[in-house]
Amino acid sequence: MELNLMVAGFGGQGVMMVGKLLSQATCDSTDYNVTFFPSYGAQQRGGTANCYVVISDHEVGSPKPNIVDQLIVMNDVSMVKFRTNVKSGGIIFTNSSLVKSGAERDDVTVVPIPVTEMAMELGSLKVLNIVMLGAYIGYTQLIDENLVLDCILRLLGKKPEFIELNKKAFSMGLEAGKKAKAA
Amino acid sequence: MSNKVFMKGCEAIAEAAVRAGCRFYAGYPITPQNEIPEYMARRQPQVGGVFVQGESEIASINMVYGAGAGGTRSMTSSSSVGISLKSEGISYCAGAKVPMVYVNMQRGGPGVGTIQAAQQDYFQATKASGNGGFKMIVLAPSTVQEAVDMTYQAFDLAERDRSPVLILGDGVIGTIMEPVVLPEMKSDEEVAAMKAANREWAIVGHSRDEKRGFLDPGYWSTDMQEAHCIELDAMYRSWEENDVQVEELSLDDAELVFVAYGTSARIARSAIELLRADGLKVGMIRPKTLSPFPVKSFDKINYQLCKCILDIEMSIPAQMLFDVRLAVKERCAVDTCLRSGGNLIERDDIIRKAREILNGGAE
Repeated sequence: MELNLMVAGFGGQGVMMVGKLLSQATCDSTDYNVTFFPSYGAQQRGGTANCYVVISDHEVGSPKPNIVDQLIVMNDVSMVKFRTNVKSGGIIFTNSSLVKSGAERDDVTVVPIPVTEMAMELGSLKVLNIVMLGAYIGYTQLIDENLVLDCILRLLGKKPEFIELNKKAFSMGLEAGKKAKAA
Repeated sequence: MSNKVFMKGCEAIAEAAVRAGCRFYAGYPITPQNEIPEYMARRQPQVGGVFVQGESEIASINMVYGAGAGGTRSMTSSSSVGISLKSEGISYCAGAKVPMVYVNMQRGGPGVGTIQAAQQDYFQATKASGNGGFKMIVLAPSTVQEAVDMTYQAFDLAERDRSPVLILGDGVIGTIMEPVVLPEMKSDEEVAAMKAANREWAIVGHSRDEKRGFLDPGYWSTDMQEAHCIELDAMYRSWEENDVQVEELSLDDAELVFVAYGTSARIARSAIELLRADGLKVGMIRPKTLSPFPVKSFDKINYQLCKCILDIEMSIPAQMLFDVRLAVKERCAVDTCLRSGGNLIERDDIIRKAREILNGGAE
């Protein structure tokens, strides 16, 4: 078993946190090897940011695979840039509030989730990444949702005012992901 | 699962150093190793240690030179171009026999280069980390766990030999997060005992009736300097016998043998799994110590079967290649698979090259 995931979007959308939470939860709850690799460089708010998560029952080879099984894109630029890096049969999760371009290929599944709008509905754009994480878990069932939520609360629970918001964001995402899977 | 934690390479190295008894760290920021000083800034005060952000790399290495001379387990870190600045101080430590550990999280070069992962400091690390022809034990981790274990061990080696030890990582090892099991924390008593044991040679302010400490980075007499070089050389030779660390993978039936270290090695290993699954007989020599280089491992290759040795490194031009050639002794063809400048080797590059060699013969 080996799963490669790339998360990409604008700096400031919490792209790194999605990868970090997912890999942290994997480390905490499974015996799989897992790596989290942030692209680093001139990342800034409004610029592009991306990270890679590799989960494997073998030792992880490259933590930055050139071709991935799954891609999460938070903005249109990332969709255009990375849609060709997905394996045939792979999945692209898009923030459909901002991603207007299509995959332009028919051998991948596109799962559109309007996370920017959903986060606005909750009253804070800050949690759009948590909505997306919820949607990803809801769709893939990669890790037990409760374990991921524990992890969110542990890593992001230092500010009590955000606990409820993060909980809501996660469960809203979960529902959307499950619904997309069932559809 | 159990007691593993999910940590970034740099932070895990810093924590391992603290647990090994490191109580002095000085450094100057540079990507991709900033998380080491950042972590040390927070951690050293908690354990009664000292953290200094020097005004430069040169100041930092000289502070480590001083702290190490006082018998405290000391450390610095930087990346490629920053390591170049430290080279005078590193040579002083080697010359004066001051133990210390330093980390180089390599990035693209030459010059200021790029901030992404590369392996372009191999020669600098293994051949000339400063003037005077000294050597060091150079440890090359390929996972965060190994980086932790090697850092923990590095302080023991440095103290045993009274010599600098280098952890040679790269931007990937420094910035990835992986599950890791941390080594045991040495107690305050153990740390104090280790320092006390260094009193014999360290400059700690001896009383009048005690033998005084002298640490000389040089001698007034050429004969004394030569004798010092001969003594160091004997130590370097002993490393070749006793301190080689290497991982050997399927050498007995290999028709193609990869040689790779650090990040390149973990990617090469993942290529081997796929190639072997296709019936291609590929093995690997992974130096864990680049100095001393695992020369003897190359005698275990079956040269009746082996068509080619493939040197895989993130450096153009290739550097480790020359140590590989010396070890192969022309018993077999040697080819390369290289990336550079901050671009990672890709598993597919290695697979393609391996197929080319095994199906079409080496160059």
